[in-house]
Amino acid sequence: MVKVRLATPVLQKNEEVARENRTFFQKQEVFALNLMSSPGSGKTSTLERTIEHLAGSLNLGVIEGDIYTTRDAERIESHGVPVVQINTAGACHLDARMIKPALEDFDFGKLDLLIIENVGNLVCPAEFDLGEDARAVVLSVTEGNDKPMKYPLIFRQAQVVLINKTDLLPYTDCDLDLLEKDLKSINPDLNLFRISARENKGFTPWIAWLREQVKIKKYARESP
Amino acid sequence: MMVVCEDLEGRKQMHELSLMENVVQILRTNAAENGIKKITRIQLVVGKMTMAVPDALQFAFEVFKEEKLFKDAVLEIKEEPVRGECKECRQTFEIKDFEFLCPFCSGPQVKLVGGRELYIEFYEGD
Ligand SMILES: [Zn+2]
Repeated sequence: MVKVRLATPVLQKNEEVARENRTFFQKQEVFALNLMSSPGSGKTSTLERTIEHLAGSLNLGVIEGDIYTTRDAERIESHGVPVVQINTAGACHLDARMIKPALEDFDFGKLDLLIIENVGNLVCPAEFDLGEDARAVVLSVTEGNDKPMKYPLIFRQAQVVLINKTDLLPYTDCDLDLLEKDLKSINPDLNLFRISARENKGFTPWIAWLREQVKIKKYARESP
Repeated sequence: MMVVCEDLEGRKQMHELSLMENVVQILRTNAAENGIKKITRIQLVVGKMTMAVPDALQFAFEVFKEEKLFKDAVLEIKEEPVRGECKECRQTFEIKDFEFLCPFCSGPQVKLVGGRELYIEFYEGD
C-alpha cells in the first residue's frame, strides 16, 4: 500500500487558467465582468439594457454561457455587439478553461469591456474563477427573500448585486430593505442597485459604476 | 441541498459532479505518475462554504467507480466549518448559518479564513 499526500486543491487547474485570463485582460486593459444569476432572474434583459445604455460610448463584447441553446446569444447579437457563445454541453457553470479559447475570437484592441454571462445557477458559477475583474449577480424580487442566506458564497464573492424586477414589488412578499440588509451581512462591501430591466429603471448608478471600473482599468497602467 | 441544472434533453448535472470530475482527473494523473493501479482510499477536505454536499459528492463518485482505478476506492470526506476573522477586534470564530457578524464586537467586517477548502489531502493505493 502506498499513501500519497497531495494537498492538491481540486480546482487548481481552473485557478491556473484563470490567472492566465486575468493577465490577458490586464494586458489588453479590458475590464471583464462575470454576470451571474439563477434562471429566470432577467439576467439577459439586464444585459440588453446595459448594452443599450453603453452604446456609442463604450465598446463591449459578450461571452454567452449557455447549456445548449443560442437563444440568448442571438438576443445579444441583435444589439450589434460581438458575441461568442459557449455551450457548456450540460455543465452548470463556465470555467476558466472554457473562457480562454473564446478570447481569441474578439478584437481586443477595439474593446473596453467584456461581459461574461454565466449559466443560470447560484451555486456552481460561484466556485469557478474565470479570471474576471468583478462579479455581478442579478437577483429578482420574485425569487424570495431567502436567496442570499441559501446561497451565500456567490454573494460573498460578488462586488455588485442588481436587484431586478422592482416593478413587480407590489405583487410579491419581498421585503427589499430586509433583502439588502441580508446581502450586506454576507458582504458589507457589496454595491447594491435596484433596477427594473423591463421598465428600464434604475440603471444610471449601475452604468456609472461600470464606467468607473472600465476607467480605472484603462488608466491603472499609466498611473505611477 | 443539491443543485441540479437540467438541460433541454433532460440530462442532469450537479455541482458535485463537476467537482468530482476535477478530483478524479487529479487522481488519475497522480496515480499514473506513481505507478498506482488501484486506489483504495481517498481523503477529501471540503469546506462548508463550497456548498458541496458530502452525500452528493459520494453519489457523484459512484459514477467513476466503473473505472478500474477507482473500483475499490472508499471516499472519505472531512468537512471544515466556515470560519471568520473580525477585521476590527481580530478575533477568530466559527460562522454559523452564514451570519457574517463578529460575535465579540458585532463588527460587520469579517474576513473569511475557513470554509472554502476543497482539496485532496491524501490517497492510498497499490
Ligand atoms: Zn470583532
